[in-house]
Amino acid sequence: MMPFNYARARDPADAVRLAAGRTEARFLGGGTNLVDLMRESVEVPKTLIDVTELSQEITARDDGSLLIGAGVKNTTIAADRRVRERFPLLARAILSGASGQIRNMATVGGNIMQRTRCYYFYDESARCNKRTPGAGCDAIDGFNRIHAILGASPACVATHPSDMCVALAALDASVHTVSATGHRTLKLADLHRLPGDTPHIETELAPGELITAVGIPPCSFATRSVYRKVRDRASYAFALVSVAAALDLTDNGTVRDVRIALGGVAHKPWRAEKAEAALRGGQATEASFQLAADAELKEARGLRHNAFKIELARRTLVACLAELSRRDEK
Amino acid sequence: MSVSHKSVGFQARKSTAGVAGGKPDAEHPVGEPLARVDGPLKVRGKARFAAEFALENLTYAALSYSTIAKGRIASINADEAKAAPGVLLVLTHENVSRLSPPPLFPEGAAGSTLPVMQDASIHWNGEPVALVIAESQEQADRAARLIRVTYEPEIAAIEFETVRAKAKAPKNILGEPTCIAIGDAEAALAQAPVRIDNIYRTPRHNHCAIELHALTAAWEGDALTVHDSTQMVHLTQKTLAKVFGVAEQKVRVLAPFVGGAFGNKSIWNHQILAIAAARMVGRPVRLVLSREGVFRETGGRTLTEQRVALGANADGTLAALIHTGIAGMTAHNDCPEQFTFPARHLYAAQTFLLSQKVAELNIVANTFMRAPGEAVGTFALECAMDELAEALNLDPIELRRLLEPDKDPVSGLPFSQRSLIEAYRRGAERFGWQNRSPVPGARSEGEWLIGQGVATATYPYHRFPGGVAKIRLSADGQATVQMGVHEMGMGTATVQAQYAAELLALPVECVTFEYGDSSLPSGVVAGGSCQSASIIAAVNAACEALFDELLKLVGHKSPLTGLIRTDVEAYRGGIRHRRDTDRFQSYVAILNQAGKDVLECEAPASEPSEAKRYSMHSYGAQFCEVRVNTVTGETRVSRWLASFDTGRILNARTAASQFRGGIIMGIGLALTEETFFDERTGRIMNPSLAEYHVPVHLDVPQIEVMWNGSPDPQSPYGVRGIGEIGITGAGAAIANAIYNATGRRIRELPITLDRLL
Ligand SMILES: Cc1cc2nc3c(=O)[nH]c(=O)nc-3n(C[C@H](O)[C@H](O)[C@H](O)COP(=O)(O)OP(=O)(O)OC[C@H]3O[C@@H](n4cnc5c(N)ncnc54)[C@H](O)[C@@H]3O)c2cc1C
Repeated sequence: MMPFNYARARDPADAVRLAAGRTEARFLGGGTNLVDLMRESVEVPKTLIDVTELSQEITARDDGSLLIGAGVKNTTIAADRRVRERFPLLARAILSGASGQIRNMATVGGNIMQRTRCYYFYDESARCNKRTPGAGCDAIDGFNRIHAILGASPACVATHPSDMCVALAALDASVHTVSATGHRTLKLADLHRLPGDTPHIETELAPGELITAVGIPPCSFATRSVYRKVRDRASYAFALVSVAAALDLTDNGTVRDVRIALGGVAHKPWRAEKAEAALRGGQATEASFQLAADAELKEARGLRHNAFKIELARRTLVACLAELSRRDEK
Repeated sequence: MSVSHKSVGFQARKSTAGVAGGKPDAEHPVGEPLARVDGPLKVRGKARFAAEFALENLTYAALSYSTIAKGRIASINADEAKAAPGVLLVLTHENVSRLSPPPLFPEGAAGSTLPVMQDASIHWNGEPVALVIAESQEQADRAARLIRVTYEPEIAAIEFETVRAKAKAPKNILGEPTCIAIGDAEAALAQAPVRIDNIYRTPRHNHCAIELHALTAAWEGDALTVHDSTQMVHLTQKTLAKVFGVAEQKVRVLAPFVGGAFGNKSIWNHQILAIAAARMVGRPVRLVLSREGVFRETGGRTLTEQRVALGANADGTLAALIHTGIAGMTAHNDCPEQFTFPARHLYAAQTFLLSQKVAELNIVANTFMRAPGEAVGTFALECAMDELAEALNLDPIELRRLLEPDKDPVSGLPFSQRSLIEAYRRGAERFGWQNRSPVPGARSEGEWLIGQGVATATYPYHRFPGGVAKIRLSADGQATVQMGVHEMGMGTATVQAQYAAELLALPVECVTFEYGDSSLPSGVVAGGSCQSASIIAAVNAACEALFDELLKLVGHKSPLTGLIRTDVEAYRGGIRHRRDTDRFQSYVAILNQAGKDVLECEAPASEPSEAKRYSMHSYGAQFCEVRVNTVTGETRVSRWLASFDTGRILNARTAASQFRGGIIMGIGLALTEETFFDERTGRIMNPSLAEYHVPVHLDVPQIEVMWNGSPDPQSPYGVRGIGEIGITGAGAAIANAIYNATGRRIRELPITLDRLL
């Protein structure tokens, strides 16, 4: 690990001030991802700005929305009664990730901004357009079992590994930030970018822009939701495919509203808008679920080792919707 | 600087807490579920492991690894590293001293005979190219990253497909013939009414012992002391003496605590480089490999491609048993992964063809990993048996009954003891095997298909030659047994204290077992599941010598006067006449009478000739139940029962733990473990516990183990060894259960969900 400076931010403005003009500064959350990457020399920050003590609160509003401070630990969110009641899929998504110890350290901001688990991104000796723009990508023809099937580019086939973000994407969450140029709010689903030709630019955040909180708008039917994660061992593995879904049915079984996001399939948490559109207003049947999955996955492309994910995503999505529709009938 | 070291020794304390039915038996400590004698030290953090010796003036080391598989180092730029804070030395092939190539196991402890960093040539991706010594670990780690190496790569043999055709038969396989042909098996197969003929593939695996490979080494003049995480202290001593050109007596290797070792805690480059560097900087050095380092620099289980062909007669007997295949290996090691060994002893057949080859690759030398050969060989063979049972419309256990040989089917030697069928019977009863439907897909629960499978476990009996034990009896009634052997968590210290207590008829609390130190009498390697039997043979010899001496000491007025060893037996802290049992004298009385404080006797173990006269193996029946998700293809193991026939059991608690550990590793072998080896570069791509998937708690069901405990009449004290058998058959039991659940035969490991979609 290379030597670095360490500073603890007193408040968000202080954090922004400390980061201003320092392209090699990084905000430090729990460090469960950043410090690992520093050990591997993938990240070589000159300055770490510790933001873990900022905004540790979860605020509930009467309209059913929640505002979660960026410094809140993953464990805290998953254990929060309001989260569990209003947005159970979020608690489930978080609990399916990493391990108890890591979740105790990991923050909301860090979870959102965590970087891909692509093996070639981690290995200094491999070519990676994220680490060295223009270097090439060794994953495309290498081990790509865990890689993207949607929205990938010839420059990068990496995925975003977060479980929490998949639930947040389904919940229409927004991300509040502050930077030298002021405050702004983005939709979480728009925060992460597809790789295109610039896979090293992973989000819409400007350098030095700090996430202060995540807002989740009211969603009455999120109480009927699931998060299902499919992985290579029963625990402590990243998602090969995950599905976050919530379904709102009328009494006669028509889809009034639906939210779907997929994880493990793309460079970002993948809001399945096509599937949602295909379902909205139609009958909730196995056949319509199949069609919705087809609509979403039509453009999915497999590589040598990950083509199975297309079928896996289809099946998992259909099974999740079927489960929700059955649950609704009760 | 002075370094003082005391061998670790343990006194056993009796405790049966937590083990049902375990009642202390003062007269017969063997078999008791005694708690680990080193447990309290470990839970209090008082057990010092190899990297925990805080020597004065200690320096810290870090390694830098090659990024090509074959070729030459064109240049090494270490200027920045040398200038970095705290750096004392950057060791490369340009400044390293001349070091003799390390002798290969079993002559030495090395996993490869390649000279260590003696020239610019590179032999595998991950070979150490530089070692940094610094004042702190952080400084060493940082400087190692600052070393810039350029290479002249050459075409490397890393793709299995390209070397398969060039595979050749090794000279022998661990001393056994490479090929066994009895009759014309191919012809018999062609004519057999029922045939099974398939290819099975198993991937590379890496070792993931909790304790990383580590050492602390210090020179004092030409004397070297090394705390190493090793499963072979004496071979390490011998190897280091050879490499550094010093006398063996000048090298002391200590390993009282080892945090897990499954075949590769031996000599790799890192010890040699760290010790060479310690000599150059004139200070002690500590080196702990990173987890990545363990993957890059120490070997694991190699990949195999195996053919099993079974030709059955209409009555189910075997007309032909063919097991052939290829394993990857290097030109500098000798681990051909003996996957055809199980088929040499398990089943009767009219003809056999058992032969295996190796294909040379530019990889880190593959090495032993829990049940090398047997772990993956039983996967292929036992899956094939399941397929044959189905083809014959027979229950798989019934098929094993039909094929049970009355003597070793290949060597013709009598079995020393074999109750495989009995193990099946007991296991089947306990597991409820009769309730299983032979029809695949018959049971389900929601999305989950449920299936059950069975397979034979087997592992050979070995005993290493060369062990020597010493017993010290003192006038206060305490005994100390010494031997340079190993405790890596298996329970050696505990069970050997129990055994010595039984042998000497002393309360177990009065016996201390000392081990893990090359200054003790010559030990044996902790490998081949044979440490226990090897120790017992040596301790028996030492005990005989001790009794001879005691009987010489008794003088004229003892109840034992005039007796010789064969007349007497140990009894309650002393010796008595076998028949005339009133003739008794305690050790304490004998020593006091002779005016001696202590009596020490040392003796070598008998030659291990028993395995030449008998076919000696351990056996077991692995039963499991799996659930396979019809939506996602995920497999979860929901039940396990293993019924073993492994000779006498010395300690019910530590034995159960060994069996379970093996089975858990077998679950990993079946479902999750695979080293991702990039065949373009020879690079291992998942060198971390996050991405190399060993089973986690949630992958492991309750594992029930049972054993018959029948002593082997030919082995020392009837023990055979239990460290490795648990992993054998486990892969096949799971694959067979998956078939029973889904109707899908998966012949390639690991059985990840995509193979079942
Ligand atoms: C072995 C292992 C297994 C794991 N398994 C899973 C899993 O199954 N599922 C899953 O979802 N995750 C998993 N994780 C990842 C884990 O969720 C992340 O490491 C964690 O959420 C990161 O949070 P942190 O606070 O520690 O972030 P840090 O490591 O501190 O930071 C990560 C990144 O976020 C940036 N950052 C931090 N805070 C802010 C902020 N407020 N504003 C802007 N940028 C910020 C940092 O600069 C850095 O770039 C696993 C991690 C490990 C090590």
